[in-house]
Amino acid sequence: MPHPHRKHLLSSVQMAHFVATGALRMDAVVPDDMNRQAIEVLKAGIPGVPYGTPLSEAFVDSEFVERLVQLPEVAGAIHSLVGPEPTVDHHAVHIRKAHEGEAQNLHGDAIIDVRTDAFDVQLMYYPQDVTLEMGGTLSVPGSHLRRTNESDTGRYQNLRGQTRLVCPAGTVQFLHHGIWHGGRKNDSDLDRYMFKIRFNPTVRQVRLWNTDDLYDEQVAAELEQNFPWYENATGRLEKYNRIKLWQAITGDDTYDPNYWVTRVSNRPQRVVTDRANNPHASAKKEMA
Amino acid sequence: MTSTAETPLQTGLRQQVLVLYLASSALDARVVGWSTYDGTGETHPTTGDSDVPPYETGLDALKDGWRLFQASQLNPPYPGHEYDVSFLKHEFFFEKLV
Repeated sequence: MPHPHRKHLLSSVQMAHFVATGALRMDAVVPDDMNRQAIEVLKAGIPGVPYGTPLSEAFVDSEFVERLVQLPEVAGAIHSLVGPEPTVDHHAVHIRKAHEGEAQNLHGDAIIDVRTDAFDVQLMYYPQDVTLEMGGTLSVPGSHLRRTNESDTGRYQNLRGQTRLVCPAGTVQFLHHGIWHGGRKNDSDLDRYMFKIRFNPTVRQVRLWNTDDLYDEQVAAELEQNFPWYENATGRLEKYNRIKLWQAITGDDTYDPNYWVTRVSNRPQRVVTDRANNPHASAKKEMA
Repeated sequence: MTSTAETPLQTGLRQQVLVLYLASSALDARVVGWSTYDGTGETHPTTGDSDVPPYETGLDALKDGWRLFQASQLNPPYPGHEYDVSFLKHEFFFEKLV
């Protein structure tokens, strides 16, 4: 895979948005001619690849997917999030049939994954216009750092501020591996298609994006945002964990504009107490 | 010993369950998440079917006739895991018999 041009890499503000929300959405980034071709390609199926196949080798037999991951904006986002030459964990075509009666439980993919300084991303590509009725993917902004296992969250039907995807054809979203999500019930007359690829990084995920705006005020604003479904107290812990992740991917463990981490890790070691104030010290003897 | 309790078939009553997740451990706190299950089988609530909570607070559900039958406990964090985030903490189960 060629190195994407710097202008197609994500900005720091976009990366901070991903760290805060666990998602990054690119509307209509795939051209119409590909979207028109996509349904037949996805219906026919995409050849499987062994776990851990380098991206440059994974889709040599699938010209359509090769074009998809090489679109400049898509390639730039993949590079920014997981770096050069990630491996393909797996891919899958998801079809929600017209009037399919069941919604998926809210879940995280694979198994509980508590890495704090690395993450996988899942690319989700929607070749059609997706309406609310078609049951576009449900996802929960800011849920990706919750330590839960797969569908143990299935009891949660609706959370305030959840995202019920409605998007134009050609939309791609990237999701952090931990995000709570699920395919919604399709109440429309149309089958809904989505193609997913999970990428594993093969390098340390540090400053892989365009860092020109690394200390822009908007970075801090993205990292400080709250979500309507957060409980008052746990919402503060979310910010703590978010800052820890941002510190890990920027390599700057001093970045903490709102002191969420600094305050609770401040344990000064310098001792200034005068020994004379120590009640356990023996009494001073008068000098002869 | 003979049971005197009436069965649901005898009473004709069915349980509807409402689960509310609140912003704090206070029952009058803001609703942040919700789920419903309908023992009558007449409605089929499911994942991602609404963006608008049925009530603004847990107290509002009481005012509308829901009976609280379980509230989550307040457990201190496990040592070493004080900053972890996981499941929603403030879960309240309500019922109506209809």
